[in-house]
Amino acid sequence: MSRDDYEVVIGLEVHCELSTKTKIFCSCSTEFGGEPNSHCCPICMAMPGALPVLNEKVVEYAVKAGLATNCSIEKNSKNDRKNYFYPDTPKAYQISQFDKPLCYEGYVTIETEDGEKQIRIERIHIEEDAGKLNHDEYGRGTFIDLNRAGVPLIEVVSKPDMRNSQEVEAYMRKLKSIFEYIGISDCKMEQGSLRADVNVSVRKRGEKEFGTRTEMKNMNSFRNIVRAIDYEAERQIEEIEKGNKIAQESLRWDEISGRTFSMRDKEDAQDYRYFPEPDLVAIRLSDEYIEKIKKQLPELPESRKKRYKEQYELTEKAANFVTSSKYYSDLFEEAIKICNNPKTTGNLIMSDIARILNEREEEPNCIKFTGKELGELVTLIDKGKISSAIAKKVLEELFNEVKMPSKIIEEKGWIQISDEESIKQVVLKILENNSQSVLDYKAGKDRALGFLVGQAMKETKGKANPQMLNKMFLEELNK
Amino acid sequence: MELYEYTVHELVEKLEKREVTSEEITRSYFNRIKEKDPEVKAYVSTLEEEAMKKAKQVDEDRKTGKQVSKFAGIPIGIKDNMCITGTKTTCSSKMLENFVAPYNATVIENLNKQDLVYLGKLNMDEFAMGSSTEHSAFFKTHNPWDLARVPGGSSGGSAAAVAADLAPWTLGSDTGGSIRQPASLCGIVGLKPTYGLVSRYGLVAFASSLDQIGPLTKDVTDSAMLLNLIAGHDDKDSTSIDMEKKDYTKSLINDVKGMKIGLPKEYIGEGVNEEVRNAVLAVAKKYEEMGAIVEECSLDVGKYSTAVYYIIACAEASSNLGRFDGIRYGYRTEKFDNLKDIYKNSRSEGFGPEVKRRIILGTYVLSSGYYDAYYKKAQKVRTVIKNSFNKLFEKYDILLSPTSPTTAFKIGEKSNNPVEMYLADSCTVPVNIGGLPAISMPCALDSKGLPIGLQLIGKAFDEEKIFRAAYTYEQNTNFRENKPQ
Repeated sequence: MSRDDYEVVIGLEVHCELSTKTKIFCSCSTEFGGEPNSHCCPICMAMPGALPVLNEKVVEYAVKAGLATNCSIEKNSKNDRKNYFYPDTPKAYQISQFDKPLCYEGYVTIETEDGEKQIRIERIHIEEDAGKLNHDEYGRGTFIDLNRAGVPLIEVVSKPDMRNSQEVEAYMRKLKSIFEYIGISDCKMEQGSLRADVNVSVRKRGEKEFGTRTEMKNMNSFRNIVRAIDYEAERQIEEIEKGNKIAQESLRWDEISGRTFSMRDKEDAQDYRYFPEPDLVAIRLSDEYIEKIKKQLPELPESRKKRYKEQYELTEKAANFVTSSKYYSDLFEEAIKICNNPKTTGNLIMSDIARILNEREEEPNCIKFTGKELGELVTLIDKGKISSAIAKKVLEELFNEVKMPSKIIEEKGWIQISDEESIKQVVLKILENNSQSVLDYKAGKDRALGFLVGQAMKETKGKANPQMLNKMFLEELNK
Repeated sequence: MELYEYTVHELVEKLEKREVTSEEITRSYFNRIKEKDPEVKAYVSTLEEEAMKKAKQVDEDRKTGKQVSKFAGIPIGIKDNMCITGTKTTCSSKMLENFVAPYNATVIENLNKQDLVYLGKLNMDEFAMGSSTEHSAFFKTHNPWDLARVPGGSSGGSAAAVAADLAPWTLGSDTGGSIRQPASLCGIVGLKPTYGLVSRYGLVAFASSLDQIGPLTKDVTDSAMLLNLIAGHDDKDSTSIDMEKKDYTKSLINDVKGMKIGLPKEYIGEGVNEEVRNAVLAVAKKYEEMGAIVEECSLDVGKYSTAVYYIIACAEASSNLGRFDGIRYGYRTEKFDNLKDIYKNSRSEGFGPEVKRRIILGTYVLSSGYYDAYYKKAQKVRTVIKNSFNKLFEKYDILLSPTSPTTAFKIGEKSNNPVEMYLADSCTVPVNIGGLPAISMPCALDSKGLPIGLQLIGKAFDEEKIFRAAYTYEQNTNFRENKPQ
């Protein structure tokens, strides 16, 4: 059988750290970094006798996440203890949710090659993050840092609805985008605030039963998720083709070798002995509370996209791209308030800003400048102060240092040459030095005009106003 | 009469009248501890230096006319499972033998506001698991009425200290009877407040849904006073109830006319010692004489309480005690090559047999495949028991029963028979299952000269009726004339 005879089935458990100021069960800071064990107290260090108190913001954020992903909200929820021994879990149990998650049965819509597709969400529950173990490089032992212990998380469990790594990436990006829009997480994958356990199985097309799945834990970059899924799916198909059985196990993805490895230390299936957390009371949510949070939700990407197409006449592609991230979308909205030119603003974001981010291997949340700078940049283009070529250079500068574009072009001497006399001089000079092109043009080769304009731009280091150049070349050539 | 023989309300009066100083009172207790505690062994640790310093400070404040609480300078003993910043909190376990608490329990914060003086930390069954204080990892506490006998448990140190005048009052904790049963066996007053009335923050957890801190005192007035000091909502304990603060001393009214008292027949029947039964029936008669209406009633489902209790309490304990893993604090084994060994050996060496027994039991009942049959079922029965209590309280103001089916038993008598030991709590456990308040107070001596305790159970958050009934009984009887030698 060939590769095409198999179907890959993928489900995700996405963990997202919530950006509340304080931890889920105490008032310690959730800030990333900091000296080891400096954001700790008797509660998150699990001192004898210490008790948790649920941070209400965590419930609010989780409900927001649920509403933004079309989930139903459990009005009679509770916390449960998940018991296991590990040094990063100081209480020897994690306070999580077992049978009554705050949110259940939702979905998000992703774009695929075959059009839109719904990925169903089984549940979203709240829980606490564990601490960090730092293995000493000199072999002096392992050090425990409990700063992260008790940072609030939501776990978003999808149905096994994805069929390839592209869909998984689209789904993750969609979740990330939604969570950024509703402001519940900074979703910094490089800091682990958004990470996923990826479950992969394969089956022959047409089969009803799922194959045996393997799980890759704590994946925290899109690139690695895609690579790992592609690798793991191939591996499973090969094993099956060889007549072997897939073992249900946890795997570790090694990004250097590009392979998955069995995590043999995870012995038998753990029995977490879940039971209701007796130190906390039930979480009861009223209809009014849920309604209030619903009203607080900001405009979500779907709606923004529609509006951008209708109100600002952006193309489907541009509207889609600009709304793919809250950071793009906010930048866009702020900029057009200043420049009143949605089309150019959208294009700059979609082409130039995206390209620069890609080159820098950064995500949209890394953009340091705001709509104020971008708006002025577009205005400068519109007023003919700079060409779009210069605009690209200004953007590069903005990524290095946030300054007003007008200041940048002034300092760099990038102001567009728009006075007729200067342009005329350049045009005359170019015509004089390129007599062959002039002859070509006159012989009917229109392309020669483009060449001449290009030469003039080169001469002025891109600062000449292209429209004026064009016009003046035509005038001179047609004389 | 020595200073250590007075009740707290008497001492408060003496302090107000400037007849004594806190230093004199505190000194009198430490002298008494030095003289008597070597045989009673109530204290795990004493805090003499800090206490004397505090007492002198309070005296100085009083002298210079500074506004101080009327309880300022009154000594108190604390069960060794409540955290006091900078002092050892051992839970009478090898596991926490050298653990110094880095923070104060909320009850301690509350007592600090009144400038009380801490005499020391009191012995208990390890992690509050037991009914005799024989399960302390350090030493056994003896009953002041008969040193060959147990003081009850788990707050055995707290009860023995009050009975032997080693503290004017103490705090204990009660998960299945751990305040009331030792109070009964030591002939003093012990109150388990309604679950949620007193903050559990800083009380080392045994069974979170059952634990409650409460006072052990010489009389009912002191009990109401100490409850005033420790009760109240605490933001740090989600299970603590947010309600208006009450003054329980207002319930100290010598009158039970028309009060309806139920006498559940199950607790004066089989399994209850005859002398105890007769004493409680005499109490019932006394209440009738004082104008109350006493009726026999039934709490049939109460008989499942002990089973329900040992499932729920052990399940919660198995999880609560997970944090004692030898990693961050507490006992760590010296024998390890890997992480698993640290866990296994630290816990094997650090916990005593009763604690291990309950962890194993609790782990079992929560295991997948058994959860529904044990834990879930126990929770259902718990609801049934609660409902049965509520039904009784539609008819009765309070319920009357013995606190313990027997008087103090001999040291070693039951220590090899866990089930028999568990039955020592059969009268007290249903109250914790129901989350209700109950008081134990002495009512008679048996033929061996050992105290018999009566238990009054109230409706949730209705400590007032209990206090009123207990106070009336106390005012019209004279048990306090008896003292251990």
